[in-house]
Amino acid sequence: MAAIEMKNIVKQYGDGFPAVNDVSLDIADGEFMILVGPSGCGKSTLLRMIVGLEDITSGDMLIGGKRVNDLAPRDRNLSMVFQNYALYPHMTVYENIAFPLRLSKTPDDEVRRRVTEASDVLELKDHLERKPANLSGGQRQRVAMGRAIVRQAEAFLFDEPLSNLDAKLRGQMRTEISRLQRRLGITTVYVTHDQTEAMTLGDRVCVLRKGKIQQVASPRELYEQPVNLFVAGFIGSPPMNFLPAVPKGNRLETPFGDIEIDPARAGKLAGHDLLMVGIRPESFEDATLVEESKRHLGSTFRARVDVTEWLGDSQFAYIPYEAPEAITTQLRDLSRELDAEDLRTQAIVSIDSTSRMREGREAEFWLDSRKVHVFDPETGENLTRDAEAGAELTRLATQDRVEQVEESQQRASADGGQRDGGRRGGATAVGSA
Amino acid sequence: MSTRKKVLWGVAGAVIIVYCLFPIAWIVSVSFKAPSDLANKSFLPSELTWQNYELILTGGASELFLPALRNSFAICLIATAISCLLAMFAAYAIARLDFPGKKLILSTALVVAIFPVISIVTPLFNLWRQIGLYDTWPGLIIPYLSLTLPISIWTMSAFFREIPWEMEQAAQVDGATTWQAFRKVIVPLAAPGVFTTAIIAFFIAWNDFIYGISLTSTEAARPVPAALGLFTGASQFEEPTGAISAAAVIVTIPVVVLVLLFQRRIVAGLTNGAVKG
Repeated sequence: MAAIEMKNIVKQYGDGFPAVNDVSLDIADGEFMILVGPSGCGKSTLLRMIVGLEDITSGDMLIGGKRVNDLAPRDRNLSMVFQNYALYPHMTVYENIAFPLRLSKTPDDEVRRRVTEASDVLELKDHLERKPANLSGGQRQRVAMGRAIVRQAEAFLFDEPLSNLDAKLRGQMRTEISRLQRRLGITTVYVTHDQTEAMTLGDRVCVLRKGKIQQVASPRELYEQPVNLFVAGFIGSPPMNFLPAVPKGNRLETPFGDIEIDPARAGKLAGHDLLMVGIRPESFEDATLVEESKRHLGSTFRARVDVTEWLGDSQFAYIPYEAPEAITTQLRDLSRELDAEDLRTQAIVSIDSTSRMREGREAEFWLDSRKVHVFDPETGENLTRDAEAGAELTRLATQDRVEQVEESQQRASADGGQRDGGRRGGATAVGSA
Repeated sequence: MSTRKKVLWGVAGAVIIVYCLFPIAWIVSVSFKAPSDLANKSFLPSELTWQNYELILTGGASELFLPALRNSFAICLIATAISCLLAMFAAYAIARLDFPGKKLILSTALVVAIFPVISIVTPLFNLWRQIGLYDTWPGLIIPYLSLTLPISIWTMSAFFREIPWEMEQAAQVDGATTWQAFRKVIVPLAAPGVFTTAIIAFFIAWNDFIYGISLTSTEAARPVPAALGLFTGASQFEEPTGAISAAAVIVTIPVVVLVLLFQRRIVAGLTNGAVKG
């Protein structure tokens, strides 16, 4: 177990294209760090530089305080789960998991003990003598994880490990990975383009764009206090709605009527003629269903509903709006960069599932003006971000993590004590070593 | 498939099999005919006789045939082994590494492979006599390598390209050196390719006639195809057809055995299950 520190890491390819550009990132010991971003943002390259499969053009990579830039992958003592698992097809599951131990010339009975432990944790006991070709996708995935946890690596690296599984299995494996990481308490770096994985698994999430870090924060901070348009648009599903706005004193004129914001935040907007307002779908509501006590905290407006989607537990309404050329261009660029389908100038709004709003009719909506973000349309910067509130969210998340790790490790050892002292005791020893 | 279709396929298959195997059946039949029986105007011998086989294995022609058989086996096996080993390393480099001159190596290999043997053999004959390689095993192994190496490199690099890069990277992350990753992961996965290549290389060497007849003069190194050409009848009025047929049958046997032995290993698709797909 070790912390991973990256200092001004740059990866330049032969043609001078910087895939990773001046990335500095500290990953604490035992932390679950997610690298996320649209395809081509350099997240996989960064992971492969940590493990040593890509050369580092410049900058320092420190693992456990030791500079590893020039070390071969095998000398870095990290374990990695590849996107396509990369199991050895000519070996049985047992030998696949045992492979790292065989390479380090571990004695046979030690190998057997450790492989048994790992296969117990991953419920692979019944499949040890089978070949990878005969396993299902989820089982192959678990074998790949078994190969990673069997030795006492400094850190786990995952390269989009769940992208080849179907949706249901992905959910299962996601919780499995989370449970395992908490239990072993090992530093983990996880690359994904799936924001559900990013939000649910990570202690902290690092959002990358074109090889540059945009924001490193806990999932809650990313969601509630994004630093810029890119992060705001990337995190959240359905995505944040962006509307053009013209500031007038404490009010913002938008296609959805005037939004009043508190003077402190309005002060930050001085000197801009055109702004972009970002509002999450759940900040809207069907005005007829808003409690009277809340009503004055936001503004109401009338708009024509294009389409509604009723999903049982929730309901979405699509509201088209007009926007000036500058804003539509900016939005189109953003959606292209996020690999999203072309964002039409329409707002996606989450309303209560009991709402009887009709498609094609006008309806009255309420929006919570406390939760409005205002962005500079040129630089994309979030002008109303509250850095302190954000930092507080991340601090709380860190605290949670420490408690969770302690708790799950205690539970694991208590569990082991009851079931089979010797073997399970060994399993926790792997974690706390 | 309907019954009608099945019948048609069966008939078509049978026609092709007869067309391909008829010459072989004829040779087998001739090998069992006595010299006086050769012109009996029928496919089957009027009387089955082993005398051709006796002639080449124990009789007068055995002095010519048996050493040639031994030479052929040894020379072809050595040439195949060397060419497989060299081709394995070369193909790995070509499939995996980026180095200047990669294209050059591949195209040179191709040029060597298509260069007509007959145009090389005369200068080689002179050179070999001067440096003392004429009529020796190495004197044949070296030219055979020039025939087998190009095709081996091409076949094997195709196989190596099929093996996913991640296999090797996974092994390296698991703590393997480049050599360990090659030996423990790549070579086992490439095994079908290696066997296929070995068989092709062996056939090429085994079937060679021009080098065999030109670069040897005695039983010290003369291979079977060359020896067959030197068979004579019992008298100058007798054709050695029967003896040659018998020898041809015997020479075919190792090739058949080899294919039967390794056909199981020549199954592609061993990499199934390595990666999702």
